[in-house]
Amino acid sequence: MNEDIMIKIENVSYEYSSYIDESIQLAVKDLSLEVKRGEFLAVLGHNGSGKSTLAKMINGLILPSNGNVFVNGINTRDEERIWDIRSTAGMVFQNPDNQIVATIVEEDVAFGPENLGIPPAEIRRRVDDALEVVEMSEYKRHAPHLLSGGQKQRVAIAGILAMEPDCIIFDEPTAMLDPVGRQEVLDTVKKLNKEKNKTIILITHFMDEAVEADRILVLNEGESVMLGAPNDIFRKVDLLKSLGLDVPQVTELVYELNKEGYDFRDDILSVEELVDIL
Amino acid sequence: MIIEIKNLSYVYNPGTPFEKKALDDVSLGIEEGEFIGLIGHTGSGKSTLVQHLNGLMKPTSGEIIIAGDSLSDKSTKLKNIRQKVGLVFQYPEHQLFEETIYKDIAFGPKNLGLPQEEVDERVRHAMELVGLDFEELKDRSPFELSGGQKRRVAIAGVVAMKPKVLVLDEPTAGLDPKGRDDILDEIRTLYEKENITIILVSHSMEDIARLVNRIFVMHRGRLSMDGSPREIFGRSDELEGMGLGIPQITKFMKKFKASGHDVKDDVLTIEEAKAEILKYLRGKKDA
Amino acid sequence: MLKDITIGQYFPGTSLIHKLDPRVKIVVTALFIASLFFISKFYPYIFIVLFIAAVIKTAKLPVKFILKGLRPLMFIILITFAINLFMTKGEVLFELGPLTVTKEGLRQSVFMALRLVFLITGTSLLTLTTSPIALTDGIERLLSPFKKIGLPAHELAMMMTIALRFIPTLLEETDKIMKAQMARGADFESGNILNRARNLVPLLVPLFINAFRRADDLATAMEARCYRGGDGRTRLNELSFKNMDYVVLTGMTAFFGILIATRYLG
Repeated sequence: MNEDIMIKIENVSYEYSSYIDESIQLAVKDLSLEVKRGEFLAVLGHNGSGKSTLAKMINGLILPSNGNVFVNGINTRDEERIWDIRSTAGMVFQNPDNQIVATIVEEDVAFGPENLGIPPAEIRRRVDDALEVVEMSEYKRHAPHLLSGGQKQRVAIAGILAMEPDCIIFDEPTAMLDPVGRQEVLDTVKKLNKEKNKTIILITHFMDEAVEADRILVLNEGESVMLGAPNDIFRKVDLLKSLGLDVPQVTELVYELNKEGYDFRDDILSVEELVDIL
Repeated sequence: MIIEIKNLSYVYNPGTPFEKKALDDVSLGIEEGEFIGLIGHTGSGKSTLVQHLNGLMKPTSGEIIIAGDSLSDKSTKLKNIRQKVGLVFQYPEHQLFEETIYKDIAFGPKNLGLPQEEVDERVRHAMELVGLDFEELKDRSPFELSGGQKRRVAIAGVVAMKPKVLVLDEPTAGLDPKGRDDILDEIRTLYEKENITIILVSHSMEDIARLVNRIFVMHRGRLSMDGSPREIFGRSDELEGMGLGIPQITKFMKKFKASGHDVKDDVLTIEEAKAEILKYLRGKKDA
Repeated sequence: MLKDITIGQYFPGTSLIHKLDPRVKIVVTALFIASLFFISKFYPYIFIVLFIAAVIKTAKLPVKFILKGLRPLMFIILITFAINLFMTKGEVLFELGPLTVTKEGLRQSVFMALRLVFLITGTSLLTLTTSPIALTDGIERLLSPFKKIGLPAHELAMMMTIALRFIPTLLEETDKIMKAQMARGADFESGNILNRARNLVPLLVPLFINAFRRADDLATAMEARCYRGGDGRTRLNELSFKNMDYVVLTGMTAFFGILIATRYLG
């Protein structure tokens, strides 16, 4: 497999039986995708589009019904090497509380390395470094339940960082946070990608988070509807709205103006860009 | 005035090392039929304030008068207050517990001691108001539903008590864009059809701008601003100083005007912005 | 409201006692408790009091806390006192209506009551000077030799840690659910025992569902962080004996050994 490719998703489908009438449903349908090393990929979709299911297949928490997922060349079906996969592709979940295991912050960050059997001195170094990166060093010996949502998520991220993964998957990490917390987490995600060269997969339904990515995958009913750079994706205002998604207000304004016969660049994503073109 | 608050203060854990003044001398008055937006950073006292409105919390000092009944008056029955002021907490679907959707929504009306036919009528009406099909869903378990639908059941449970004031704490938290739009539309429909006073607590300036006709801004336990959306969002520098934002579209119009273009900048929605920009562009063309 | 309850009542500090290895403290507490059951005369109690006083002084514990720990159990202490006072046969001192107080009864009741007081105080000394995590670690290490005979020491310790971690969170959740149901007219306060039990359903059902959901999420998160049980796990803060631990352990073993021996000697 190409050295450049961190994650390869090959014709993957996931079946489950419906809770209500027990019919077979497909959460993900024949999806293929390659994620490059160091890339920042955002996966957009409304609730129920299959994005969470996809996320869990990447680090082998669930296995595809059909198709294969390769992380660094290792197939997630390989039971012997599943722990290698999970230490390479870490995952941060939506609920800040339900990821924290220990009664003090540094013990929780140490949880991952402890599971990997890393020697104590090395664990100490990793924990301290990870907390530095997420800017939570001063809370090292605090109790987690007293932290804010954004702080808890950063502790969770530190816990993954301490395992020194190449790739981090974020499953709607800001869905339960307030604006301050969202910003903290997003800044951390960007930092991890730009400064630490981590491959990032960010699952979200917030457009303003997806605009920061290198590429965006839009999912609907378990299928890939669009895959491309943010500029290309957000200009398709009608399509996005029909998929139950949103676009930045300024993008929508341009779209509305163009409906009236104007011909402005339709890949505007920020306030500054819009001021410039008008 | 349906709600009157006079010099309300609340202190958590008084006399301990964890003492915190959550509300500091808050005074305000709400008229029947208003649609209020309550904004403020986390920890500004919004939740604390809101829990005083239905007597879940008692003031450390100050007075609260709901529809003429003072909460400090011993003879005021809390049950009546909780019927008059309905409070929907964040993630209300976490309070669902009954075997069927019907029973869960009926919980509130039953606690009010209403007769069976009245309870039945209330459940039907509430389900209709939040867009849930009565026949299809009444006997289903609430736990079978999707997150957004569960939330509607929870809201219906409060609406069924026919409150005069409905307080919603971040009703769109955790929902995707479509879910958010649906809930907000239902809230607006509720407001228009049922002649109810609504207090919406939210972090989303765009949502607030779209719906409310008056905004209260909380900051560090004090009521720091009180005015119409246009007034409040016009004071963007002050809001930013308090850690709050303004709708993206308003921000854009301000920046645009600031760079020398002749437009109104007290815009709240995309439609208004569109109209303003079109006017500007056509004006430029003619010039 | 509910989150003001401090479980385990740990009183943080940096004293010599606080810094001792938790295993030492657990063993010393066990010896303390054992000695209380062997002591059969009054005079060894002087040493028990000295021991407790020395620990309190060294660990800089506020006496208020110790007394607070006794309050909830005051009832049991009084009952013990009363039963021994009136039920012991022997040389009658005086009579109170149908009840007789004997000399032996007086001695017995004071003795037993003191034993109870010391028992409670001694255990709270342990929890006051040892954080819940340290206690859990200590218990896990002490129990780990028994892994060979099938005792799931690691799993028990993990369960305890997670429980301790989630107690404040679940208390918060209980508060939220209670308030939400009260906003719908639920009444958790009035009524007889039966009514109140029934009224708890709107609180308990959501709480349990919530707890199960958390457990599910947490298990997934733990798996994602490569948790696969206790084998091969290392620890950030390994417990290890320092010189002081050996000194205290040996010293205390001798001390309590002697106290136990007083039962058989003079």
